Amino acid sequence: MSVVTSGRYTFPSYNLVFFIFLQLGLHSVEGVWPLPQSITSSPERYPLNPQAFYFTYGSQSAAQEGCSVLDEAFKRYFSLIFPDYSSGYGFLRFSVDKPFTVQVSVGRDDCDSYPDEDSSEQYTLSVSAGQASLKAETVWGALRGLETFSQLVYQEDFGSYYVNKTEIKDFPRFQFRGILLDTSRHYLPVQAILKTLDAMAFSKFNVFHWHIVDDPSFPYQSRTFPDLSAKGAFHPMTHIYTQSDVGRVISFARMRGIRVLPEFDSPGHTQSWGKGQSDLLTPCYSGSSPSGTFGPVNPILPSTYKFMATLFKEVSSVFPDSYIHLGGDEVNFSCWKSNPDVRAFMLKMGFGADFTKLEAYYMENIVNITVALNRTSIVWQDVFDYHERHTSLSVVEVWREGCYLCEVRRVVKAGLRVILASPWYLDQPGPTHNWARYYTVWPLAFKGTEEQKKLVIGGEVCMWGEYVDATNLTPRLWPRASAAAERLWSDEKQTSDVDKAFPRLQDFRCELLRRGIQAEPLFVGHCKHEYQGV
Amino acid sequence: MSVVTSGRYTFPSYNLVFFIFLQLGLHSVEGVWPLPQSITSSPERYPLNPQAFYFTYGSQSAAQEGCSVLDEAFKRYFSLIFPDYSSGRFYNQWSFVDKPFTVQVSVGRDDCDSYPDEDSSEQYTLSVSAGQASLKAETVWGALRGDYSICKIYLKSTDFPRFQFRGILLDTSRHYLPVQAILKTLDAMAFSKFNVFHWHIVDDPSFPYQSRTFPDLSAKGAFHPMTHIYTQSDVGRVISFARMRGIRVLPEFDSPGHTQSWGKGQSDLLTPCYSGSSPSGTFGPVNPILPSTYKFMATLFKEVSSVFPDSYIHLGGDEVNFSCWKSNPDVRAFMLKMGFGADFTKLEAYYMENIVNITVALNRTSIVWQDVFDYHERIPKDTVLHIWKGLPASYAAELSAITKAGYRVLLAAPWYINHISYGQDWRNYYTVQPLNFSGTEEQKKLVIGGEVCMWGEYVDATNLTPRLWPRASAAAERLWSDEKQTSDVDKAFPRLQDFRCELLRRGIQAEPLFVGHCKHEYQGV
Repeated sequence: MSVVTSGRYTFPSYNLVFFIFLQLGLHSVEGVWPLPQSITSSPERYPLNPQAFYFTYGSQSAAQEGCSVLDEAFKRYFSLIFPDYSSGYGFLRFSVDKPFTVQVSVGRDDCDSYPDEDSSEQYTLSVSAGQASLKAETVWGALRGLETFSQLVYQEDFGSYYVNKTEIKDFPRFQFRGILLDTSRHYLPVQAILKTLDAMAFSKFNVFHWHIVDDPSFPYQSRTFPDLSAKGAFHPMTHIYTQSDVGRVISFARMRGIRVLPEFDSPGHTQSWGKGQSDLLTPCYSGSSPSGTFGPVNPILPSTYKFMATLFKEVSSVFPDSYIHLGGDEVNFSCWKSNPDVRAFMLKMGFGADFTKLEAYYMENIVNITVALNRTSIVWQDVFDYHERHTSLSVVEVWREGCYLCEVRRVVKAGLRVILASPWYLDQPGPTHNWARYYTVWPLAFKGTEEQKKLVIGGEVCMWGEYVDATNLTPRLWPRASAAAERLWSDEKQTSDVDKAFPRLQDFRCELLRRGIQAEPLFVGHCKHEYQGV
Repeated sequence: MSVVTSGRYTFPSYNLVFFIFLQLGLHSVEGVWPLPQSITSSPERYPLNPQAFYFTYGSQSAAQEGCSVLDEAFKRYFSLIFPDYSSGRFYNQWSFVDKPFTVQVSVGRDDCDSYPDEDSSEQYTLSVSAGQASLKAETVWGALRGDYSICKIYLKSTDFPRFQFRGILLDTSRHYLPVQAILKTLDAMAFSKFNVFHWHIVDDPSFPYQSRTFPDLSAKGAFHPMTHIYTQSDVGRVISFARMRGIRVLPEFDSPGHTQSWGKGQSDLLTPCYSGSSPSGTFGPVNPILPSTYKFMATLFKEVSSVFPDSYIHLGGDEVNFSCWKSNPDVRAFMLKMGFGADFTKLEAYYMENIVNITVALNRTSIVWQDVFDYHERIPKDTVLHIWKGLPASYAAELSAITKAGYRVLLAAPWYINHISYGQDWRNYYTVQPLNFSGTEEQKKLVIGGEVCMWGEYVDATNLTPRLWPRASAAAERLWSDEKQTSDVDKAFPRLQDFRCELLRRGIQAEPLFVGHCKHEYQGV
């Protein structure tokens, strides 16, 4: 067993700490995770005193006091920067109580909007004596800059805080950096979702992909079809997401610059839908009579599309994001095959015995519903694979194992946008699926033109729920998801070395603990502040 | 994806719960985990009202009020049986169900102030009838085992453990575990009737045990000399908390390998490694050739045996790397002098023999990892060997060989629960057959039990609990229950799902076995 000291602070003596820091500059800015695109820092540093520390709006800023997103972020980041202060610890007063001001300026007053696919997240941050200047086009960029600033601040054993002179220009490599949570295989209490959103912001993730329903349960409480959760949830009262729960999640996410992308996966993965909506699923046959079991959504009935149109109309009014995820994965054809009405429909439509054509027909109808609602649809790669005409598709999520970059290449060659999930199935645990595996993913390492590569809009960490619920979600996600976060945010050339990343990620994991996130260890070692939530 | 509903309680309304219970008998005895040796139940049900529910001592009981272990257990189990009541929720008083219900506990021996030990009986009988339950046990430790089962409702049960030693190892060296995390684990251990906490307290990465006699060991060898140590009062708190739950605390001070952290606070203890003819500046295992080593060890183990009351001490002895010893000219000279030739296993054996003798002099039984048996010709007969290596075929062979030599043995190899994989690996822990090796009846009696190991390379307080529970509970049933009655994994699955929901209800962050839900999901986020 080899020994690795992972502690961020390893000084045996308290007395000399100041001098050692000053001389060695141990707290380098490389502590920021994910790594900014461009960063220069100096050993020159400035003390921060929580009693003389302020966030303000720059005089030229389009957003001013009253901007909900930034007003709340200022409060939040104050507590993150000075955790002892807000937890009520007594603070020593140093003579160094020169004020320090972080001045935030944004180019647009988008305080009341939602982050969207085109939202700029770039920012510049300049830290100098007595002040820091944070400039961004949008409030979402300002949020990313505040996160970075909070990670630049460090505390010494005496309890005092410092920040080094630093210049940062930063922007994300990919526009879409998501985490999927599965609330159907296990119900996740709203609090667990909010906690995840909090931690996502610390790693600059910007999309919460809410795989909200699936075969095992339908926890979304629909306004138009209340029976779906009343009969399809694990429990109709305690294991559902009410409209106000959903609203709370969307609002909490917005405050952190995170989009909420809802997925209503069909025609497969819909067993729970059938409990509250009769005639929606295909009756399976055993020989010439119905077996009593049901398969995927029934694609041959007009009532199906009427139901779906109504449901998605509701969904698009509840979820403000311009994307809707339509699923479309893993459709099992055996039930369709068994059903004589479906077979008759196949003949009538000229599909022969090719059930992928029936699936494509179904998905095209569903995609058209969302187009009419002015939404961009995302589908799992299966739909692309089975679909001859790609004109109606827009974004394809690649999830299958194997040569996933081959699939990415096929999709971009067809002119469609891609989200990559295959290499980031974090529900897989264990040493074979450690952070380094998720770090050493090269999403653009395929042959293609610059234009084609631009079609890769991002990637996503998937936390499927077969074996995951609120008891183990957080340690399974963090800090491994942060490895993917750096791949999706940072410059690949600057972040290709696993060994260089390791101590930075260890530091970042300690910071997550400090912020109350139950992030598991990477290896033997310790953090100054261990997890105390036991 | 198949759908499994794991919720134990599926009633939408509180008001009718008792009646539904009475009528449907949904709470069958199969909810008890680990399964009792013998149990008879009937669909007849008795209502329990927290405002008229009492634990009392039987008039013939050797222990009476004032017995610390049982007095505390009564309070603890009241809250476990009526979680809503103690959490301050309003309880309806039903006029028709407020007949009192009394659990009368009788024990044959007043061992309230002692510690559970290797010979402590844990058997109990429990019979439930209208208005009362009678729990009888030889010892208070047996009474504790019975208490848990009272939460379920059935008629009569006679129960005792299959194996006397049912342990969990926590590693507090590779990561420091806050005392609170250890106490939480002890609580959960009692729910699965584990009875030994094997405290792998020090190892290469850190030395968190604050020694009275050698304070520098933690001052210099812990991750942090103030925040990442176990003080004497921390250790005392752990031992006392464990005792209240009938759990022994078995300390391990592993040597001569796995001791890098010891060297930081105790100079000349570790072997200086050589590069060619000069010291390289690095250190290897404990230096076995110096008299000062054995003097130090004797003093340390004297302290350990005064701090830890258990009659066992774990001496480690695993994974000794010989390369440093080989490089050191003084060690080589000693080998020649002792006639060991070039066989460094003999040097290791020499070292271990000295250490075992130290603990024998302290009147302690030593446990050592199997390496010591593998390398050793002479070990005192009452030493316990701890098997940690290999697949079923190889540990079965080791079981056979060690018991044939007449030693007692403890099996850990199949329960390295720090290893995780995708899917339901609890099944592997459940289907272990500890006595499936060739040997006589006498040999099989030498298998004193088993142990779940949670090594700490990738585990600390953030992920300890979900990694341990409910997977460790699978091993617990293997070690407590009759193997024939518990050989069917599929029959065990719904019971273990129920038990996992019960753990959540009790505030234990136990991870799910598969798709599904519990009535009370984990709320500690």
